[in-house]
Amino acid sequence: MSTTTSVPTPASPAPAAHAAGSGSPRRNHHSKAARKQTWIALAFVAPSLFGFAVFYLWPTIRGIYISFTDYDVFTSPVFTGLANYARLFSDETFANSARATILYVLINILLQTTLALGLAVLMHRLTQSTFVRSIVILPYLIANVVVALVWFWMLDFQIGIVNQGIQWLGGNAIAFFGDETWAIPTIALVNTWRHLGYTALLIFAGLQTIPKDVYEAARTEGASEWQMFWRITVPLLRPVLALVLVITMIGSFQVFDTVAVTTSGGPADATRVIQYYIFDLAFQRLDFGYASAVSVVLLVVLAIIAAVQLRLTRANESDLN
Amino acid sequence: MTTVQKTRPRVRPPLGKIFAWIAMGAFMLITIFPFYWMLRTALSNGALLATDPSSLLPVDFTFGAFERVLGIATTEEAQAQGGSGASLNFWGYLFNSVIVATAITAGQVFFGALAAYAFARLRWPGRNAVFFLFLLALMVPPIFTQLPNFLLMRDLGLINTYAGIVLPFFFMTPFAIFFLRQFFMGISTEVEEAARLDGAGNIRIFFRVILPMSSGPLATLAILQYIQAWNEYFWPLLVGSDESVRVLTVALGVFRSQTPQGQPDWAGMMAAALLAALPILLIFVIFSRKIVNSIGFSGIK
Repeated sequence: MSTTTSVPTPASPAPAAHAAGSGSPRRNHHSKAARKQTWIALAFVAPSLFGFAVFYLWPTIRGIYISFTDYDVFTSPVFTGLANYARLFSDETFANSARATILYVLINILLQTTLALGLAVLMHRLTQSTFVRSIVILPYLIANVVVALVWFWMLDFQIGIVNQGIQWLGGNAIAFFGDETWAIPTIALVNTWRHLGYTALLIFAGLQTIPKDVYEAARTEGASEWQMFWRITVPLLRPVLALVLVITMIGSFQVFDTVAVTTSGGPADATRVIQYYIFDLAFQRLDFGYASAVSVVLLVVLAIIAAVQLRLTRANESDLN
Repeated sequence: MTTVQKTRPRVRPPLGKIFAWIAMGAFMLITIFPFYWMLRTALSNGALLATDPSSLLPVDFTFGAFERVLGIATTEEAQAQGGSGASLNFWGYLFNSVIVATAITAGQVFFGALAAYAFARLRWPGRNAVFFLFLLALMVPPIFTQLPNFLLMRDLGLINTYAGIVLPFFFMTPFAIFFLRQFFMGISTEVEEAARLDGAGNIRIFFRVILPMSSGPLATLAILQYIQAWNEYFWPLLVGSDESVRVLTVALGVFRSQTPQGQPDWAGMMAAALLAALPILLIFVIFSRKIVNSIGFSGIK
C-alpha cells in the first residue's frame, strides 16, 4: 500500500479516472504479494498436510478398501466385495461385542455426565480454587494403563481394599472383573473415575459463561438452589452438555486400554468391546479384512453421532444470546 | 431486595453448604485415595500383603518393591518379597518413553504452530477447505487409521523402531492446530503491521514476533501433548512391543500379564505403575495451573 505513490496530477479532470488509473498497478502488486503469501502459507502447512495425507487420509482410503477384501497380512488382499459386511450379520461375537460396547457407553455417559454435572455445580457454587480443580483433573492425566492396574488391585476379589470394605460392612465380596454381569459396569466405573474431573471442568467452564445476575435475580424472587439448578443452570448449559455428551460418547465407543490390561475381553467375552474385538481380529487372528469392516462400522456410528451433535448444538446455540 | 439477600444467605445456605462441602470432600477423597493406595501398596512387603489387606499403612514397610522394579534388588530378594524374579528393564522403558514423548511433542508443537499461523493469519486459496479437512481428521477414530497405519509401518520396515512409534503423531494433530490457531487469531494485528513496516516478511514475523509472544500457549500445548504421548498405549502396543523400543505403558501391560497365576506381585506392580506415572505427577505439580486453565480454553469454542 505504501508503495503506490500515485502522483497527484492537479490537471486531472475527474478524481474517478485517477483512482481507476492507479488501480491497475496496485492490483498487480497485490496479486504478487498474495501469490507470495500463498507460497509461504503452503510451506507453513506442508508438514501438517503431509501428516494428514499419509497418516489420516491414505489409511482411511486403504482401510475402506481392505474392508472389501480377504487379507491375512502376509499374502496380498483378495477382493471379496461385500462378503465381510455380510458376515457381520451372522457373527454372534460381533453382536455380543456391540452389546457390550453399547452397555458400556450407556453406563459411562450416564454416570459420568450426572456426576460431572454435580461436581461442576459444587465447584461453581463453593469455590474457584485452582487447587481444587487441579486435584479434580489429576486422574485424567494418568495413563489408562496405570489407572486400570490400580483399580484392578483395589477391586481384587480376595484382598482388594474395596472388597475388604464391603465385607467389613457385612456384604459379600464381589468379583468385579471376574463376574460376567459386573465386568462391564466395573470397567465403566474405572473410566468414570478417570474422566470425571475432565468432564466436570468442561461443564465448569460452561457454568462460568452464565451471567451471575441471572442467579441473583432468581434469588431475589425467592428461588431455591434446587429450582435455580433446573430452571437456569440446566437450560443455559444445554449446548455445553450436548458437547460433553458427545465427547464422552465418542471416547467411550473406543474403550480399549482398560479392557486390554484387566480382563482381556473376558470373562466369557463379557468385555470383548468393539475395539478389543477389532484388535483381536487383526492381530491375533490375522483377519485384517474383516477387522477393517468392523472398524468401518465403528467409523460410521461415530460419524452419525458427530453429525447429530452438530445439529443439536446448532439448534441450541441461541440459548444465551 | 436487600433484606431478602441478607436473610437468605445467613439462614438457609449454611446447612446446604455443609452438605455441599461434604459431597465435595467425598469427591476429593475418592479422587485421591487410589493414589495413596498405590503408594501404600508399593511400600509394602508383597509376600505379606494378604496378611493384613485392610491396613491403611504399608504392610511390613519396605522399599523392596521399588528396588526390584528398578533392578537394584537381587533375584532372591525379589522373590522373597513376592516378586517373580524376572528382570524388568525399567530404565530402558523409561528412556524409550522419554524419547518417544519428546519427539512427538516437539513435532506436534512446531508443525502445529506453523500450520496454525497459516490458518489464522495468512490468506491463501483453499484455506477453509483444508481447515475443514483437518476438522474431519479429528472425527476419524484412531483405531480406524491405526490398522492401515500398522500396514504402512510394516511396509516401510519401521515396526519396532522409534520412528514407527513417533511418525503417525509427529507431523500433525488436529488438536494442536486448533488450539494454537485460536490463540494466534487473538493476537492484535497491529503488532504484525508494525513489524511489517520495519520490512519483516511473514517468516520473520512468525519466528521473531508471533512465536515469542505465544510462549505461554506453546508451553501449555507442549505439556498437554507430552502427557498424551506419554500415556499412549494402543499404537505403541501395535508397532513397538519389542523390548528395545518398548515404552512404559506397554511394559506395564506386559508386567501385568506375566503374573496371571497364583498371587500377582501387587506391590511390584504398584511400584512400577507409580514410577511410570511419576514424570506426569511431577509435570502436574509444577504446571497444574496451566493445565487446569487450558481446559476451559480448549475444550469449548
